[in-house]
Amino acid sequence: MAKTDIIIHDKKDNVGVIVIEKVKKGQDCGCWIMEDDSSSKVKSEAEIPLGHKIALQDLKEGDTIIKYGHDIGKVIKSIKKGDHVHVHNVKTKKW
Amino acid sequence: MQIPKSFLGFKRENGRAGTRNHVIILPVDDISNACAEAVANNIKGTIALPHSYGRLQFGADLELHFRTMIGTGRNPNVAAVIVIGIEPKWTKRIVDAIAKTGKPVEGFSIEGVGDIETIAKVSKKAQEFSMWASEKQREECPISDLWISVKCGESDTTSGLASNPTVGNLMDKLEPLGVHLCFGETSELTGAETVCAKRGKTKEAQDKFMKTWSSYNDFILKEATNDLSESQPTAGNIAGGLTTIEEKAFGNFQKIGSRKFIDVLEPAEEPTKGKGLYFMDTSSAAAECVTLQAAGGFNIHLFPTGQGNIIGNPIEPVIKLTANPLTAKTMSEHIDVDVSKILSREMNLDQAGDELIKSTIKVANGRLTCAEALGHKEFVMTKLYRSA
Repeated sequence: MAKTDIIIHDKKDNVGVIVIEKVKKGQDCGCWIMEDDSSSKVKSEAEIPLGHKIALQDLKEGDTIIKYGHDIGKVIKSIKKGDHVHVHNVKTKKW
Repeated sequence: MQIPKSFLGFKRENGRAGTRNHVIILPVDDISNACAEAVANNIKGTIALPHSYGRLQFGADLELHFRTMIGTGRNPNVAAVIVIGIEPKWTKRIVDAIAKTGKPVEGFSIEGVGDIETIAKVSKKAQEFSMWASEKQREECPISDLWISVKCGESDTTSGLASNPTVGNLMDKLEPLGVHLCFGETSELTGAETVCAKRGKTKEAQDKFMKTWSSYNDFILKEATNDLSESQPTAGNIAGGLTTIEEKAFGNFQKIGSRKFIDVLEPAEEPTKGKGLYFMDTSSAAAECVTLQAAGGFNIHLFPTGQGNIIGNPIEPVIKLTANPLTAKTMSEHIDVDVSKILSREMNLDQAGDELIKSTIKVANGRLTCAEALGHKEFVMTKLYRSA
């Protein structure tokens, strides 16, 4: 089995979670998609720590972040594929 | 894995079984804490449960106070109870309700007597209870005597990926064996509320859940100065990579596996519809939530953590698990079960669920949890609004 750097819950997700201590900028990362036990790859555009999210596609302001196959918030600043996704570019749709 | 059919517990007068055998000294109100603590200091084998409230509360808030006090005394992990209050009326109400379980319970009030004489009188009774309880032996009890509550804390993305699903796996395996299960954290299901509501077994349970969640959310919207971004997700959650309450909610929700809940409980309410999964309306603050679940009669708790919450409870043993390899390493004295190998795919969910079941049985049989060994006894009353 290929080395897993990133776990993705659902095929519909547009973000994955880093499961190694950190990924370096420009690193070719192996992804495991839990839903159907498939694999993919993504190149990181930033240093991202364990547990933090990486964008699996380009996203623009107003787009919806999908994780667990569900809506978990909106993009407030455009995000490139491979970027770190967190509170600086994503916000809740509640409250 | 063959799931054990039994554990060694303390059989109680009302047919329930405890995983612990505590003699508690329960103050009705804040001003009786000193007395309760003095007694517990005098008499070995007893434990005082000091807290901050119990005066001039009214309405639903007062009812919740009574329910929490009474439920704590009724919990099968408690062998015998001493209740101390400033005045006899509220003290008696709590004593009478605990007495219905058949366990030894006695109440004392301080007014007109003073602390010193009360401490002397109570100490005599506490000594009698402690020595009586020390004779109790563990006996074989069916696994269905386990009432398991769950709540996660200092969650991060590893909670939703692995430690919460491990608890879900345990629920999927143990529910068919007739255990009672309970999850809560009303506010932390925000974002996943409609998905969660659909897990109600009946239309009635689904509607009750949505009503409970909406009422909590209305309260939050009314009281919040701007939004809850400062509290939900917490700073610890954000450090761990959780970005929004929705993301936290879908992670949280993994704890119930594929189970359906049969009823929605008020905070600290004892379930009455038999075996299965219940949702309890609770705060998402760890100590408040576990205190309410213990008062609902749950006798063992599973607590998945990401960044490393360290909570314990005085009467309900709290088993911690984490899937975060850094937390497992840097906070190892707090972690009972390490499932971080799920992330490196060296362990699957089925194996992790089995590990958790083994640890749960060990703790039910008497093995101390990390939190117990470290002396964590957080007993925190939930307060609904200002006192009169």
